[in-house]
Amino acid sequence: MKPAVKRIIFFAALIVFWELGSRFELWHETILPSPVSVYASLVAGFADMTLVYDLIASFRRLLIGLVAAIIIGTGVGILLARSKTADETLGTLVLALQSVPSIVWLPLAMMWFGLGEGSIIFVVILGGTFVMILNVRTGIKNVDPLFIKAARTMGSNGLDLFIKVIIPASVPYFVTGARLAWAFAWRALMAGELLSSGPGLGYTLRYASDFGNMSLVIGVMIIIGVVGAIVDLLIFQRIEKNVLKRWGLEA
Amino acid sequence: MFIEAKQINKVYFDKNNQPNTVLKDIDLSIQKGEFVSILGPSGCGKSTLLSMIAGLVSPTSGAIIVDGKKVIKPGKDRGMVFQQAALFPWMNVTENVMFPLRKEMSKKEGQERAHHFLKMVQLSNYPAHYPHELSGGMQQRVSIARSLAMDPAVLLMDEPFGALDEQTRSRLHGQLEEIWMDTKKTIVFVTHSISESIKLSDRILVMGTRPGTILTDITVDIPRPREQHRQQIAALEERIMGLLKTEIDKVIDEEQAYEAGS
Repeated sequence: MKPAVKRIIFFAALIVFWELGSRFELWHETILPSPVSVYASLVAGFADMTLVYDLIASFRRLLIGLVAAIIIGTGVGILLARSKTADETLGTLVLALQSVPSIVWLPLAMMWFGLGEGSIIFVVILGGTFVMILNVRTGIKNVDPLFIKAARTMGSNGLDLFIKVIIPASVPYFVTGARLAWAFAWRALMAGELLSSGPGLGYTLRYASDFGNMSLVIGVMIIIGVVGAIVDLLIFQRIEKNVLKRWGLEA
Repeated sequence: MFIEAKQINKVYFDKNNQPNTVLKDIDLSIQKGEFVSILGPSGCGKSTLLSMIAGLVSPTSGAIIVDGKKVIKPGKDRGMVFQQAALFPWMNVTENVMFPLRKEMSKKEGQERAHHFLKMVQLSNYPAHYPHELSGGMQQRVSIARSLAMDPAVLLMDEPFGALDEQTRSRLHGQLEEIWMDTKKTIVFVTHSISESIKLSDRILVMGTRPGTILTDITVDIPRPREQHRQQIAALEERIMGLLKTEIDKVIDEEQAYEAGS
């Protein structure tokens, strides 16, 4: 059986079980609304465009934050890989900050940037930056010494060696870093939106919750999960797979 | 002399800061156009010695002179082929061969030159393939073409066929011999295989281990192609084994592993 077929059967069974549970009142509609009502609230949300605006607003923040995170992460990652002093000082700080969930920065961010876009984007940037830094640093440090030796015997050194050999050789780590940065940024974005003003998927989720609209809460959760899975599967895993194959890191 | 090493010593300091002499009082001289093998068991420092000629490792004392100039850093006059092909996976075959050429000639000239040397290693039909699409033997041939393309005076080879299977290795021996006769390059070839060194080289420098020293310098005067002179090869093989005496067990152990294609 093909994986796609297995997946369809699995999800169909899950939805059928969920719907049957609701029909036979194994649980109350206010605790867990049925798939039919979740579907209805999703349709209504898209029909009056609120979910469309939410998606656009969320993606805008994500894109700005992620691009910034990748740029900053690459810069700092290169610095940490090249300078031992920077690695021993700034590197330790990065390692410590990486274990702090980026959403806990929100109170400070609100003081600095106000209640709107600025503070959410700040939290998204923080969410993606540290994991990008650490992957870029590891990638550059782990370049096969044989590549460097070979390049040196062919007259390459200094900046030329760095740009033509070390950077391309660490591309697989850059890709993995970007993929993880996206995953962390997406989570940070949802957390940030939950705690601030709209539009945005996270904001609509909290708004629905405040009004006891549990079917819309589940609907938004499903959108968040589906978007996350699609971006990961269709974009990042694909790029990662191609790169690993080309770089000879995968059989 | 074209390549000359004078009183080379190399001492490493281990974790406990204890000195560990890898190479001791190495003297060698190689003439232009010679094919010289450096033969020895693993740990004798033969690869370190080759890396010194390449300029990748510096001696603790002593000096290496290539074509009248003291070696202080790597240079395009000394091409090196490693046991692993070390091709850049993000470049295709032609781009890999052009890597050392990109600063000194136009793209078009570089491509022509790459094509010429790929033809020499019989890979001109694979210009746009990526390294992961090639077999180990093909990758190593691209690596040889890449070194030759920068027209080095010396080709340094560090067990270049050690990771290949027996048939591929045997074919590449033939190709390398032809390339050497065509290009008249000076080749320094590091190996731990006695038969490989006899098959290919004009001279064999036999090294002993701990510390690494040159035990003896053997001139191989068997006419080429050498496959036809099995008796002479066998006799020389025995002579080298006899000369090695204390090193012999180590070499044979490795030889067996090598012949088993490990």
